Amino acid sequence: MEHSVHVQPNGHIVSFSGEIDLENSPAARTRLLEVVEYATTVFVDLTAVTYMDSSGIASLVEAYQRAKKTNVAFVLISTSPAVLRVLQMARLDKVFTIHETLEHAQHAKH
Amino acid sequence: MNHFDTPTSDHDALVHRFPARAKNLKDTRTKVRATLTQLGYCPDTIEQVVIAIDEACQNIIRHAYGQETEEAIVLRIQYQQHDLHITLRDYAPPVDADCIKLRDLRDIRPGGLGGHFMHHIMDEISVECAPEGNGNILQMHKRFA
Repeated sequence: MEHSVHVQPNGHIVSFSGEIDLENSPAARTRLLEVVEYATTVFVDLTAVTYMDSSGIASLVEAYQRAKKTNVAFVLISTSPAVLRVLQMARLDKVFTIHETLEHAQHAKH
Repeated sequence: MNHFDTPTSDHDALVHRFPARAKNLKDTRTKVRATLTQLGYCPDTIEQVVIAIDEACQNIIRHAYGQETEEAIVLRIQYQQHDLHITLRDYAPPVDADCIKLRDLRDIRPGGLGGHFMHHIMDEISVECAPEGNGNILQMHKRFA
């Protein structure tokens, strides 16, 4: 897994790529919680994620809940079947705000 | 090594023994994908079964062993008339079968989803103590009618 953070005028973009699993989800969790701490809008770009397990989902849920508590907008960007599959199985696809592209997400109101 | 590590029939597609560490899960997923591809399953089915096996391995590491360890997990994939039978053997103390029970998904919280994924993907799941009294045997079955 690789990840990066880009700061843009309308929000922080946290991008992940590769496989998010038990080995590296703690790093994903740490990075997400850090960014939620100081951002007003967080776009989590999962487009290049090729595998995500329940520990990766747990990291997203924890960051989402932290964001909700502090009124930070928390938006997922993904068309990755690997990500959408597990979100649907966990019935979280209706909980998270999910956009197909970063451009769509940035133009939507959150 | 013991008999569990050795393919015993024509129906064995994969027998893979590895230390119960998170860093070994990626390689295990790769092996499972390759095996199921060889058996001719479609990509969507393969990815679902990969998730079920990966989550089962995580449960063994986190709940049966309680932490990462050099102790082994032995994965066996068998097939018969397209049905898949997956067995995961560990050498941890006996576990409560409730560790893979379903939780209410309306309760939005981190954690507890692995068991749900396994049940969602597979048709039957059971856990029992190993006959020798040393470890657990998790069995998962998926039928393809």
